[in-house]
Amino acid sequence: MNFKHKFVFLFPGLFVLIGILIFPIIFTIRLSLSGWNSYTPEMNFIGITNYIRLFTDDPRFWESFFRLSFLSVTTVVLQYVIGFALAMMVWREIKFKRFFRVIFLVPMMTTPVIMTVIWRTFFHESLGPVNDLLGGLGVKPILWLSDPVIAKFTVIIVEVWQWTPFMFLLLLAGLLSLPKEPFLAAAIDGASPFRKFVYVTFPLMAPISIGAIIIRLIEASKIMDTVFVLTSGGPGTATETSSFYIYIKGLREFQMGYAATLSFTYLVIMIISLTIIAKVLTKLMIKE
Amino acid sequence: MKTIKTCVTALISALLVFSPVAYADKWSDQFPHIKATGDIPGDCSYESMSKKNYKGKTLKINTHAVPVMGEPTALHAEQFAKLTGAKVDVTHTPAGDLYAKAMVPFQAGQAPYDIVFGFSNFINDWRRYLEPVPKKYVEMKQMKDVTPSHIGVASWDGVMYQFPVDGDRHYLKYRKDVIDNPEYQKQYKDATGKELRVPQTWKEYGEMAAYFNNWDWDGDGEKEYGSAEVMKKDDLMYAAFYSRSAAYSKNPKTPGGFFFDLETMKPLINNPGFVEALTDWVEATKYVPPGGINFGLGDEIGSFGGGQTLFSFSWDDAFVAAMQPDSPINNKVGAAQLPGAMKVWNRKTNTWDEGFNQAPFFVWGWAVGVAKKSKEKEMAFDYLCFFANEANHQADIGIGRFGVNPFRNDDFKVDVWTQIGWDKDIAQSYVDTLAQMEQSKNRVFPLRVPGTFEFNAALATAAAKALAGQLSPQAALDEAAKQWEDILNRVGKDNVRKAYAVGVAMEDNKQ
Repeated sequence: MNFKHKFVFLFPGLFVLIGILIFPIIFTIRLSLSGWNSYTPEMNFIGITNYIRLFTDDPRFWESFFRLSFLSVTTVVLQYVIGFALAMMVWREIKFKRFFRVIFLVPMMTTPVIMTVIWRTFFHESLGPVNDLLGGLGVKPILWLSDPVIAKFTVIIVEVWQWTPFMFLLLLAGLLSLPKEPFLAAAIDGASPFRKFVYVTFPLMAPISIGAIIIRLIEASKIMDTVFVLTSGGPGTATETSSFYIYIKGLREFQMGYAATLSFTYLVIMIISLTIIAKVLTKLMIKE
Repeated sequence: MKTIKTCVTALISALLVFSPVAYADKWSDQFPHIKATGDIPGDCSYESMSKKNYKGKTLKINTHAVPVMGEPTALHAEQFAKLTGAKVDVTHTPAGDLYAKAMVPFQAGQAPYDIVFGFSNFINDWRRYLEPVPKKYVEMKQMKDVTPSHIGVASWDGVMYQFPVDGDRHYLKYRKDVIDNPEYQKQYKDATGKELRVPQTWKEYGEMAAYFNNWDWDGDGEKEYGSAEVMKKDDLMYAAFYSRSAAYSKNPKTPGGFFFDLETMKPLINNPGFVEALTDWVEATKYVPPGGINFGLGDEIGSFGGGQTLFSFSWDDAFVAAMQPDSPINNKVGAAQLPGAMKVWNRKTNTWDEGFNQAPFFVWGWAVGVAKKSKEKEMAFDYLCFFANEANHQADIGIGRFGVNPFRNDDFKVDVWTQIGWDKDIAQSYVDTLAQMEQSKNRVFPLRVPGTFEFNAALATAAAKALAGQLSPQAALDEAAKQWEDILNRVGKDNVRKAYAVGVAMEDNKQ
């Protein structure tokens, strides 16, 4: 067979790869070097002007990035802890196991935007049922969406509710695939449930945990729909995340060139930070 | 002979009088939306549109989300489709995304939508992509009734790019049953030593709103609050801020710009006048309903229209919603010009000029145009003409949630409003308020310059930070002014100056 013919079979895959991955990245880089906006509707070349603006004159982007880091790390940690607990619960032989497994997955199956609208109604400070219920218990109305600090936790509540099932699903699959022998050995040794968890279950689950955490971190770092619907980044800029800020610059203020700069910079930062996080997690959780 | 003449005259008169009624019966049976008036004869009436045949053609419209403007767009699209046989696809988009949703395809040379809805202040950015309204429509009877200020808003350099479907201004709405209540007047006087009256200044507004905050003053078993305002960032809140700023910053003694000094193009939005307004606004967060800091326009309409607050100020919608028959505060509201201030900043002398000052804000409103690249321009303009025909317009302006507000001379007649159930004195106060604003010589018009969206977004973000307590009013507006300088440098001062001069000429009564 002619060696070159082999490449013919690679072309479709290569073509798709270039079309959906390489081209958009190259286009974004090129766009980031332009001043395309509402009054300059062209892909002109302005060099690294946008990058200089980002690194010297745009504290709002960096604030939104650190806010995003807080929100994503907090939500993923909570999702991991709750997801692990729920998975452990239905991993054992309990009544209505199948029912609980399905119920726990329901939030993930709902449409995020619609669920966030419902959450926003729940948390509405004068019309929502949450403050009504709290009022019935004698608790003062809480400014779920109007207080800059509480609003962040409201976003966290909604995110945790929506995406814990994903963590649950991955961790349950991991638990179900664990070998039985280490648990039998621990039982023979008379290990308590706590020691079994610390010395057997958790270490065996480490590779799956790292994978689940990284997948969720990637997803959580793109948080947009919840913020968009729940708070629109407010009050003020208290819940504004990087992706929401990029969206505002690009699709609201129509600074396409600058939004591309933000996007590309954000992509590079995420690749670097997620790689570091994965390495740190591996070091911490997987003992040789 | 005389008898024959009399009979013929009577017959002709009867035909003239009853023919519209005959139309009304015919069309209002099919389209109950116009049951109050029936069809009103005209170039774009139901009757005229029924003679058009657009079968097999599709009209694509991008409009705002339901209900404000989105609902009438969809309703008239459905009616238009029934009358002409056209297929009409309506896409609903949040207010903040209307600009970009049209601009992306505009700049790419595409026309995914034949008709695009947006705000009248987009005109400078959009006009190069919009088809000017053809002469045939500009000269129609229904267009001749549009007020000169709204023709001006829809036009640039004498060319009409936006088809008038709405007219806008900000004014004060208040609970007449509270302000005019002698018991409350006495109670308020005893408590504060001041008169309870329609607030003349923003300070009075704040004092009254604070007094009537967080207690059940209408006896419905629910707590009421002081004021409902559009405070949500990215949801038109900058317009609310300009309304609050006008009295403190629009000094009739210093022509030549409200947003910028036209001569130097220095942003004025961090001068003491604007700072005073933002300080008042931060104070207002204490007398809005819980969650009021996140109120968008829809929330504001619902809150005031639902009887939750004493005051509100913004577009007509909340007032009209409050006056609808199903409103809990039907015929219990009043309209007045925006409050003034007892001092106004003089940027020439850098001091406050003492004395009462009031400045109506002719805020931008809904606007709509036809894409230059559209292949269905004729159908598109027919749709818009049908949307704004007399029968539809009269029905639309009486429905608060529609967001269609007066822009025709006929709308400023008391009868138009008493016919839909308004008390005569309320209708009179409403009509008088609108008329006084038209007559004012100290008006503020919206910013209509290249990059309008960037300027307004920068201001909204800064104001939102102040409302949330993240920055002081002065620091927030300094931040906004710095960003305005940056935007000016990017867009080019001369480009902005040239466009801004058009608005300044209107403000300085030179046009």
